[in-house]
Amino acid sequence: MSLFQIDFGNEETPHRVVGIDLGTTNSLVAFMDLTAPKVIPGADGSPIVPSVVSIPEHGEPIVGAPAVARLITDPESTIYSVKRLMGRGVADVQDELKLFPFHIAPGSESVIQLELGGKRFTPPGISAQVLRQLKRNAEAHLGESIDHAVITVPAYFNDAQRQATKDAGRIAGLQVMRLLNEPTAAALAYGLDKRQNGIVAVYDLGGGTFDISILKLHDGIFEVLATNGDTHLGGDDFDNLLLRVALEDIATEWGLDLSMDPVAVQTLRRAVIDAKHQLSTLAATTVAFHYQGRSYRRELTRDVFERLITPIVDRTLAPCRNCMADAGVTPEQIDEVVLVGGSTRVPLVREAVRVLFKAEPHTELNPDEVVALGAAVQAGILSGHVEDKLLLDVTPLSLGIETMGGVVSKLIHRNSTIPATASETFTTAVDGQRNVLIHVVQGEREMVRDCRSLARFDLKDIDPLPAGMAKIEVRFLIDANGILNVSAKDLRTGKEHSVEVKPSYGLTDEQVEAMILESFAKAEDDFNERQVREARVEADRILNAVDKAKGDDAYLELSEEERARVDNGIAELLLAYHGENHRLILDKMEALNKATMKLAELMMNSAVRGALKGTKIDQ
Amino acid sequence: MVSGPPPSDYFAIFGIEKKLALDLEDLQRRFYSNSREWHPDRHARASAQQLAWAEEASATLNDAWRVLRDPVARAEYVLKGEGFDIGEQRGKDVPPELLEEVFELNMALEEAREGDANAKSEVVRALAKFEGLLSEIDSERDTLFVEYDAASARDTLSRLRALLNRRKYLQNLVRDARATLA
Ligand SMILES: Nc1ncnc2c1ncn2[C@@H]1O[C@H](COP(=O)(O)OP(=O)(O)O)[C@@H](O)[C@H]1O
Ligand SMILES: [Mg+2]
Repeated sequence: MSLFQIDFGNEETPHRVVGIDLGTTNSLVAFMDLTAPKVIPGADGSPIVPSVVSIPEHGEPIVGAPAVARLITDPESTIYSVKRLMGRGVADVQDELKLFPFHIAPGSESVIQLELGGKRFTPPGISAQVLRQLKRNAEAHLGESIDHAVITVPAYFNDAQRQATKDAGRIAGLQVMRLLNEPTAAALAYGLDKRQNGIVAVYDLGGGTFDISILKLHDGIFEVLATNGDTHLGGDDFDNLLLRVALEDIATEWGLDLSMDPVAVQTLRRAVIDAKHQLSTLAATTVAFHYQGRSYRRELTRDVFERLITPIVDRTLAPCRNCMADAGVTPEQIDEVVLVGGSTRVPLVREAVRVLFKAEPHTELNPDEVVALGAAVQAGILSGHVEDKLLLDVTPLSLGIETMGGVVSKLIHRNSTIPATASETFTTAVDGQRNVLIHVVQGEREMVRDCRSLARFDLKDIDPLPAGMAKIEVRFLIDANGILNVSAKDLRTGKEHSVEVKPSYGLTDEQVEAMILESFAKAEDDFNERQVREARVEADRILNAVDKAKGDDAYLELSEEERARVDNGIAELLLAYHGENHRLILDKMEALNKATMKLAELMMNSAVRGALKGTKIDQ
Repeated sequence: MVSGPPPSDYFAIFGIEKKLALDLEDLQRRFYSNSREWHPDRHARASAQQLAWAEEASATLNDAWRVLRDPVARAEYVLKGEGFDIGEQRGKDVPPELLEEVFELNMALEEAREGDANAKSEVVRALAKFEGLLSEIDSERDTLFVEYDAASARDTLSRLRALLNRRKYLQNLVRDARATLA
């Protein structure tokens, strides 16, 4: 018998929650359709929205496939792989900045500021553009406004990177119900039609990140045993390597260093990516590059490609071994290995996985879609539509606080099931001390300087007392999103104590609020405009149909008065059509529909008569 | 409606009596079934207060599961609850009955680090011995568990604490020796 019972009454009625895979390279949105998750196609019919945003000099940002074309025509104002910059400071990303054609504004220490056409954008702001596009796609497809989402993140994302993702969601006007780890999402999608019990490893190598997770499946419970990874490892690294080789090759052949020419670099990048993709199925291909009237062609064999990328692929192995050790399993105990992410299409990657886990990896599910599908299942769990499943995830990194001499005191260990908590009591060192500063870090190393600074918390307004008398208990809680929450209590008075948080990397709450406000006005306009546009499309359809019907014999059977009503309906709809009020358009459509009911009936009857006649002739 | 915040006691959160010898399968079953009930994902649409309680219950349950499923962590939890000191010092002093052997192992380790092949085989031999001792300690521990569950004697806990200190010491030793061999 359990001693403690919660009776959760009066839950809100469920609203629709979508699942979003916000990838480095590609993003997708999916929803739970009755019993199965489904990806949602965009206007072009494809569910894949490339995570590329272009900021034209005038007009609205361009997102997805149309922005991809602009990578080459307008490289300096077109952003890709922005996920690699999420939750980071400029010092963290020096290497990749060398390869990015866009510019970083000064003052990017704690939040990177991208400078485009005189305007500044943060990585969460750019990601919000991608999210907004997905939101629009979902709204168009489902015919309702979408405000709630589950968004996936790499399992190995730290607190700042998670927070940045959540901020992006908020800026896009989405209530982020949950951040979900990508490999866990994949397991959820996969576990839907596969085994119910056993140990599963998920190996996820995408464009910019690598994750490995080991899960135990137990009658609908997906318990993550351990996770590991590298948030800076993926297909982009293959591309960068090939790009560097090709640039050197061209420099030798043409006597021309193109590495400072953004258009050339992006064109060549496209060429090496195409070659890379081809080498997943072919033994050899050609890197072809045309630029300012000159051509470069170089044969590339899979063999050479594999030799080049071996060191990168090998970098995935240590995290896999550490993950198995933390999970307490050997390769033999792993029942299934699942591959996720576009880069697992590379044969060398598959081979490495096969050798390491001594098993044939599963590839049945589309590696592009599986994460989004899993996010939709989790959305179903949160909205109460999926009742038999539950995820128990872990925190990827240990959480600690700085103690004397810059040493870390660990409070919550990596791979602890979340939510997880730890408490620590703090006191004052000198008489009358009014505040205590707590420095929280994430990482596995002993010294603060080797870990990632997460935030500084200031316990303020402590009652002035002799040293050591004040007792403030600070509670650290890592929630189900993997995000840290801190609260404090004065043990003497039993009162909640205020905590002021200064995140080391990322936007402050005020900054996010400002960005939401800014986009809100826009979003209102956007939303209204879209509704009007959609209403007009519908009105067009009806007007056309009525027009056609007026040419039908049945129209002549209507009375004078009935005909006048139809004409009146058309006139009123046309009037609304040219206004900006979508409700009015819908009302007038409804009215016209009513006015033409009789006509539709008559037409139906004559059609039936015609059909009956037809049958007779046939007999 | 909520009947209040969850208990903070690790045994209570599982709805079981305080015991050192636990049926791990039963514990796991309880962990899963309580998780199904309390995990915040099950209460995403509840009020903020209810969600906070669910989060709290779930977090305590997770901590309790991590501690109780591991016999050493479980024993330390009970010892601490009974006022025993399980601080940093433990595991640093050489158990007197092992002094000689530990000394020899440390010598061999030193030599092995300097590349002496003979010393290496000596380390392997010592390692096997100490691993044997470790498993002896573990079965002794299980006996003490049963003894404590039957009579809740403080004396049993004292002996348990001494045993765990010895275990900790040996474990560090074995870990170092393995690292040298690798
Ligand atoms: N056929 C292929 N062969 C090799 N790499 C591929 C192939 N298809 C896609 N990729 C690579 O996969 C990566 C994108 O994978 P994806 O899972 O969509 O990434 P993300 O989740 O990071 O957005 C890119 O680096 C892309 O070049
Ligand atoms: Mg991905």
